[in-house]
Amino acid sequence: MKNSIISAEKLNLIFETADDDVVALKDVSLNIDEGEFVSFIGPSGCGKTTFLRAIASLEKPTSGNLTVNGSSPEDARKNRAYGYVFQAAGLYPWRNIYRNVSLPLEIMGYKKNEIPGIVEKVLKLVDLTGFEKKFPWQLSGGMQQRASIARALSFDADILLMDEPFGALDEIVRDHLNEQLLQLWKTTNKTICFVTHSIPEAVYLSTKIVVMSPRPGRIVDVIENTLPTDRPLEIRDSKEFISVSQRVREGLRSGHSYE
Amino acid sequence: MNKFQKAQQVIASIMALLALQSSIFYAFNYPALFFISLIATIGVIRIFYDYLNSGLFDFLLSIIGMTILMIHVYDSPPNGFWPLLISIWLYGWLAVEKITHEKNIAPFFRKLFFIAVPIFFGAWILFAWEVITIGLNIPMVILPSPSLISIQFVNSLETLWADFVQTFVRAALTGYLIGCGSAFIIAILIDKSLFLRRGLLPIGNFISAIPIVGIAPIMIMWFGFDWQSKAAVVVIMTFFPMLVNTVTGLSVNNPIDRDLLKTYASSYTQSLILMRLPAAAPFIFNALKINSTLALIGAIIAEFFGSPTVGLGFRISVEVGRLNLDMVWAEIVVAAIVGSASYGVISFIEKKVTFWHPSNRSTLEK
Amino acid sequence: MSENTFINYFKNSFLPILSIIIIIFAVWYIFTVYLNSSIQIDSYERQKIDWDFSDLVRDTMSQKKPLLPAPHQIVSEMWKTIFMIKITSKKSLIFHSYITLSSTLLGFTIGTILGIILAVSIVENKAMDASLMPWIIASQTIPILAIAPMIIIILNAFGLSGLLPKALISTYLSFFPIAVGMVKGLRSPELSYLDLMHTYNSSRLNIFWKLRLPSSVPYLFASMKVAIAISLVGAIVGELPTGAVAGLGARLLTGSYFGLTIQIWSALVMAAILAGTLIFILNFISRITLKRMGVQE
Repeated sequence: MKNSIISAEKLNLIFETADDDVVALKDVSLNIDEGEFVSFIGPSGCGKTTFLRAIASLEKPTSGNLTVNGSSPEDARKNRAYGYVFQAAGLYPWRNIYRNVSLPLEIMGYKKNEIPGIVEKVLKLVDLTGFEKKFPWQLSGGMQQRASIARALSFDADILLMDEPFGALDEIVRDHLNEQLLQLWKTTNKTICFVTHSIPEAVYLSTKIVVMSPRPGRIVDVIENTLPTDRPLEIRDSKEFISVSQRVREGLRSGHSYE
Repeated sequence: MNKFQKAQQVIASIMALLALQSSIFYAFNYPALFFISLIATIGVIRIFYDYLNSGLFDFLLSIIGMTILMIHVYDSPPNGFWPLLISIWLYGWLAVEKITHEKNIAPFFRKLFFIAVPIFFGAWILFAWEVITIGLNIPMVILPSPSLISIQFVNSLETLWADFVQTFVRAALTGYLIGCGSAFIIAILIDKSLFLRRGLLPIGNFISAIPIVGIAPIMIMWFGFDWQSKAAVVVIMTFFPMLVNTVTGLSVNNPIDRDLLKTYASSYTQSLILMRLPAAAPFIFNALKINSTLALIGAIIAEFFGSPTVGLGFRISVEVGRLNLDMVWAEIVVAAIVGSASYGVISFIEKKVTFWHPSNRSTLEK
Repeated sequence: MSENTFINYFKNSFLPILSIIIIIFAVWYIFTVYLNSSIQIDSYERQKIDWDFSDLVRDTMSQKKPLLPAPHQIVSEMWKTIFMIKITSKKSLIFHSYITLSSTLLGFTIGTILGIILAVSIVENKAMDASLMPWIIASQTIPILAIAPMIIIILNAFGLSGLLPKALISTYLSFFPIAVGMVKGLRSPELSYLDLMHTYNSSRLNIFWKLRLPSSVPYLFASMKVAIAISLVGAIVGELPTGAVAGLGARLLTGSYFGLTIQIWSALVMAAILAGTLIFILNFISRITLKRMGVQE
């Protein structure tokens, strides 16, 4: 029985704005086990990004329980328990790729002689070896995101939180990166929480799919993905894939996501 | 050639014809003048027969004409001089027009012209200045010619150097370093307090707009006549633009950049040094550039209010009173050189430090 | 909801600014006592008067020629010279402000018009662009204000004195920022907008009026704010060389000759008020115009 590495119980999060209060999350309860790949899918305003940020201790829930690695999200953040990948690569333009990837290592006080080895290892994982001296603006969007992922992998965090990392890229690059991400997950065995808009992406990548819907933000369905863990891109055309996708779509419809 | 250029060429040729006609009778006294008029007139043929229409030919005509006219301006200019001057001016302009409109130029030449055209323009202004002040006998007390100014410049190097040291090195530079440095430090200190920032930013903006030079007499009262009072004026003038720009620069980072550092649980100092200061660099350098000009202006103007017997501002106001305008212009030349040189140095450093900023990037891409 | 934004404005803008202003005044008063005290103590000793601290505080704030006048001294001087004197008198601060203001505004207006004309010719004619633009940018690094005395003297020799030479200095100073800003603005439309005009086979004039000119308005207003501040400085500096007869610069100069600190400070504060008002008015006009043109804050 695997341990629950992230556990949410009746989580509520309300944003107070000038106009009205926005209920971003309502009674969200979810358990995520070690080594799972969990996708969060839903339209804008369904709370998937908010939930991810709550796990990362970038937002504070108004009520309910949320534990990460057995402690509060705040403590988990201070212990550097997770790596976060944003929608935009967020690389510093004044640092080359090497120094961007080593940024967290500098901050977290890794020893100087350890850093080159780690950077080399993670750049290899995302297939960016040889680009160490280049600057972010010399790289394509897809490569920048890969560097951002490498940066999130560089320090020893068991959890990877990814907020629509491939949303700004074109479909072909996206497919390629999906393959690579899956490989990465199998190699490193991290627990990954992945927020996305795209049904095929969610079904392709994850072991568990959490369907959410807006107004108020809540979980509509939690789907255990029945596809085998070995997934070439072609699996997207299989019957099983389509049936899982249909289940996801039904979940979205029932949550009024298409209105 | 479009209509505008055509018109230029026609007028230039008419002027050349006039010049030729006036100088025919003096062909023996001023042969060079005569020949250049002749060649310019041949330009008439170009209107009808489209020979030698490239801008290069106009350019050569202009340059040669300029040299010849320079030689002849020192004798009392003969007839035909002025129409020829206009003609050569138009040919020079025509040359620039053609060159800048030319589509098929190799990149090397394009870069060359990019530098050569403004230099040619500047040279033309100097040339016209010289020729017109001498040719029309403009009195020196109104506008001295560039040659007179250069002579005075060379003769007064010691005075100019002393003035430079007093105004720039002692007053402007000291004030600049103190003003920008203290503003930088204070901006970082108030960075933690949103309340202070919200209060100081509008006030800083307001003070940057008022004529701070007016504080010079008060500084003289407090710090005496010498360079210290001028430096004090410069400190006040440079403080607020630097403060406003640094505070603004420190606040413009993206939410994503801030969140990223939160996920690393980085400390305030780490985030300041690793992210916020580099991101603020374009703003800081903007202020440094503006302040370099303000510092020099402040130091010079402050000297108008009273100064020991040395200094750029002092010399300018005194020599203006004595109507030694060539000395005044020599001082202005020093001020211009110092001003553009300091701006240039800061720009150079800026390009090195903020190489990553989109505005500096076009040559580095891939 | 509007009460909420008012409270926000109060909390976020008014209160901080007010607090800083209060702090500045408090520090000012402290410095008044501190800086004026040595002269005051000398005066006590010469007159052989016994004094205590409260005497010191009171007297340092009411010296006739203090090293640092107290704010209320400046205010009362300004009150006297604005409201208690006929406007046409040579001692009236309003008279002097009017002199300086008129050359500022005249110079600013001419400078703006010339700057716009130059900017248009640079953008529309490549020869002008290649020859002039580098020089205009370079001129921003040169302390042009240093030429002011010379221009005044030369123009005086031609019989032009008073308003016009000073206005010309202001023109000269405001002309460059306006030209640079306007060129930036005229060139600011994105490529896609220009391409759209080309698909309509639009003439250059049309492109200019319908696309370039409207796009340049925000840039124009931004540089106008800079230009008007510089014009004011130019007008003041222009009043210095002629031995200063009228205007705020003149007040500064005569004040410095006779050691009349309060007069100097009141002239300075008046100049600051003028600068602030002019920029405030420009800001206001800019906001309304841009709002009507659909530009968002």
